[in-house]
Amino acid sequence: MLRFVVRRLMWAVPTLLVVTFLVYVAIRIGTDPVASYVRSNARASQAKIDEYIERNGLYEGVDGYIRGYFRWLGGFLSGDWPRSIKGNQEVWPDLKNAMGNSLRLAGLGALVGIVLGCGFGVLAALKPGSIRDGSVNTTALVMLSIPPFVSAVILQMVFAVYTRQWFPGARWLHFPTSGVYPPGHRGFDLIEMLRHLTLPVTVVAIQSVAVYTRYMRASLLDVLNSDYLRTARAKGISERRVLVHHALRNAMLPIVTLAAIDFGLLFGGLIITERIFEYPGLGNFFLTAYSNGDFPQLMPWMVIVVIAVILFNLLADLSYAFLDPRIRLD
Amino acid sequence: MTELLSPTLLDPSEPSGDVTADAQGLTARSLSPRQMAWRRFRSHRPAMISAVILLLLVLFVLLAPLTARYGVNEPIFRTEAGRSNRYLSPRAEAWFGTDDIGRDLYSRLIYGTRVSLAIGLSAAVIAVVIGTAIGAWAGIRGGWFDDVLMRVTDVFLAFPFLVALLVTRNMLGEIPWLEPIVGERTSIRFVILLLALFGWMGVARVVRGQVLALKEREFVEAARALGASNRRIVVRHLLPNSIGPILVALTFSVVAAIIAESTLSFFGFGPQPGADATSLGLLVGSSKENVLTGNWWMVLFPCATLVLLALTINMIGDGLRDATDPKLQRGNG
Repeated sequence: MLRFVVRRLMWAVPTLLVVTFLVYVAIRIGTDPVASYVRSNARASQAKIDEYIERNGLYEGVDGYIRGYFRWLGGFLSGDWPRSIKGNQEVWPDLKNAMGNSLRLAGLGALVGIVLGCGFGVLAALKPGSIRDGSVNTTALVMLSIPPFVSAVILQMVFAVYTRQWFPGARWLHFPTSGVYPPGHRGFDLIEMLRHLTLPVTVVAIQSVAVYTRYMRASLLDVLNSDYLRTARAKGISERRVLVHHALRNAMLPIVTLAAIDFGLLFGGLIITERIFEYPGLGNFFLTAYSNGDFPQLMPWMVIVVIAVILFNLLADLSYAFLDPRIRLD
Repeated sequence: MTELLSPTLLDPSEPSGDVTADAQGLTARSLSPRQMAWRRFRSHRPAMISAVILLLLVLFVLLAPLTARYGVNEPIFRTEAGRSNRYLSPRAEAWFGTDDIGRDLYSRLIYGTRVSLAIGLSAAVIAVVIGTAIGAWAGIRGGWFDDVLMRVTDVFLAFPFLVALLVTRNMLGEIPWLEPIVGERTSIRFVILLLALFGWMGVARVVRGQVLALKEREFVEAARALGASNRRIVVRHLLPNSIGPILVALTFSVVAAIIAESTLSFFGFGPQPGADATSLGLLVGSSKENVLTGNWWMVLFPCATLVLLALTINMIGDGLRDATDPKLQRGNG
């Protein structure tokens, strides 16, 4: 097990280097960081521009890309990150905040998805071919066919305009449709935060519930049809015990893997939801930085997302090996 | 003996059932796998209903000059004193209401869906062709070639889709010598190629899995013994036998491409189909300006069209998968 982890981590380093280099090239060509800097700081002197180029390693030419990448990498690893081009802000505190907000949103969305999705999946798989199975399946497919921005826009319209118009008295129904706290709010307030999270989490959950429902159903059906379950029944174990102790435990295995992979994807994939609800998470951070061509903000964002993806993939493999004794890693 | 080993008899895609049945003098007609799949698909009620709805929708959209009530950019009437054509709610002159400059939303949806269907279908076809080629190649060659190709596929799959689309879009748009091939950044051709570039990975995995599973089977061995090359085995034997999963992947790719086009348009990075055309993505995208002003028809109808399109194609894909994958049968039994 340990050897497997070490080997995978050793592989992760070259992967990370190659991917970040590709991302570096793509961003440099796509956003033209120097021009963006001049656009954001119209009165910057030539000396300032040169300093920006030097700090970020934005040299010209083919060899400039390679030298520039290592210049950037050196600065990044030493923790001496250049400041953002808009407002000359430190990047890490903003990024950290965004990460916290996104983790909250993604975590809650995944949690709702796993709990509800597995529940529905089990309900469907216990009576395959029944009306219940059919309706669960169809509902899941309908939910999968609703793109997140459609559900976000419709929820926003209903809760920002219509619930206020139709039920002006029912204040609990007036879910806020933007941000984490009301404007001007200071400090921590769990109730306010959860109220602000309700709609974005719903949007994320619509997708994740559907995915987990379908996955759980397929996985449980597979187990229910297996030989070892027939053996368990033949030994005279009660149906309930067969289901809880034998079937569900084994059916959960692929779900754990899916959860780990899904979480890595969720991390960067909340962009749509966050944008529409003006939720200050990683997705919003990226879109703002991208439209500004803010190189010092974009690169750390990319590195974090790539690390998250690699890490959660590793976690998925490990959890699988840990939970399933049939699989050995070495 | 030689007859039994001939690839046509052992190849499951060939309708060999009739021959043996006749030889044994049986009266019951046996069905080829394809006929059986078609029969299973027909008995999948949601998929059949979806297929009919989609067919009607496509016909409706293709006959746009007849079914649309106004031109793409034609206002339903000229604004006169005391009678504005802006943001009219649904009524007899405009079934789905009008937009900010008095155009009929119903007619625009028909024209827009036409463009989006074309984008989705062509992007999906290109993606499936690329994915099939790469997957089959990796599967039949194996070894390090397979490893490298699958690593690349993993990286493509793992990266957040929208981020990859946005970054690549700008990068391709900035490279001057690519311009004659991919076209202007806001052109339809550019969007199709961009979506195809990020759409092939899932198909490649599916086809590779199929090739790996099938290439050890007897009929492939027989073909190889007869001297067939790798290429011939893939094209003549493996791909025809994988047609089910490939078709399923194609339907899901169409949905993915249509939704991706809408998503790009929603954020203002989509195609601009020209002055006298529109796309479903643009119409859905314009909903975001109308959320807070309470013009519900500008939000509801484009979104509903998109969801209906995605849902019917998804249902068909689901039915196709159940019909072509015998393994899933017991689940629906």
